[in-house]
Amino acid sequence: MPSTDDLKLRIEAAIPGSSAAVTDLTGTGDHFRATVVAPEFAELSRIEQHRRVYAVFGADIGGPIHALSLVTKAEA
Amino acid sequence: MSATENPMRDEIQNAISSHEVILFMKGRPEQPMCGFSARTVAALDALGASYAAVDILPDPRIRQELSAISNWPTIPQLFVNGELVGGCDIVTEMYETGELASTLGIEPKADAPEEAPVASEPGAPPLQIRNDLAS
Repeated sequence: MPSTDDLKLRIEAAIPGSSAAVTDLTGTGDHFRATVVAPEFAELSRIEQHRRVYAVFGADIGGPIHALSLVTKAEA
Repeated sequence: MSATENPMRDEIQNAISSHEVILFMKGRPEQPMCGFSARTVAALDALGASYAAVDILPDPRIRQELSAISNWPTIPQLFVNGELVGGCDIVTEMYETGELASTLGIEPKADAPEEAPVASEPGAPPLQIRNDLAS
């Protein structure tokens, strides 16, 4: 079961210069919310920003991670 | 890919192309089966939007093919004029900034709340299991 720290570290490792705050929405280790700040988002549409974060997890979304609610920003 | 090779994908693509506003969701607008779908429906309904809806639950291939078309892993997915607008988070955010109404080309109803309406109880698990045995 993924933890909020696992998600945070995976996002921050995959997206250069990013910082992520992750919460477990249900306390069950499968529904998460992440707020991700990354400089590269300045160049991307909202859809592309979310795709970028979803891509970090690949098939884990819909697998062990049932839901990942996202807020993405270029700067904090 | 020709129509005979992947009829499910063709059918989904056709549904997206032939409806100005179409929402792929878990359950139906009158009975969403997931908190995220419920929230998206609530935002559209608060604006008085009219939209087509497809329940992806009856056949797992619908979701599989939809995500392959849209390059988007989660449900719900809202399409306007053939373009993916987003899932629950983006639709909710756009509701609050007023972009959702302008994307849909509608004037929000006078009584539309400023914040996106919350359809499910905060903290409630987004997945709801329907008890078909109860009648």
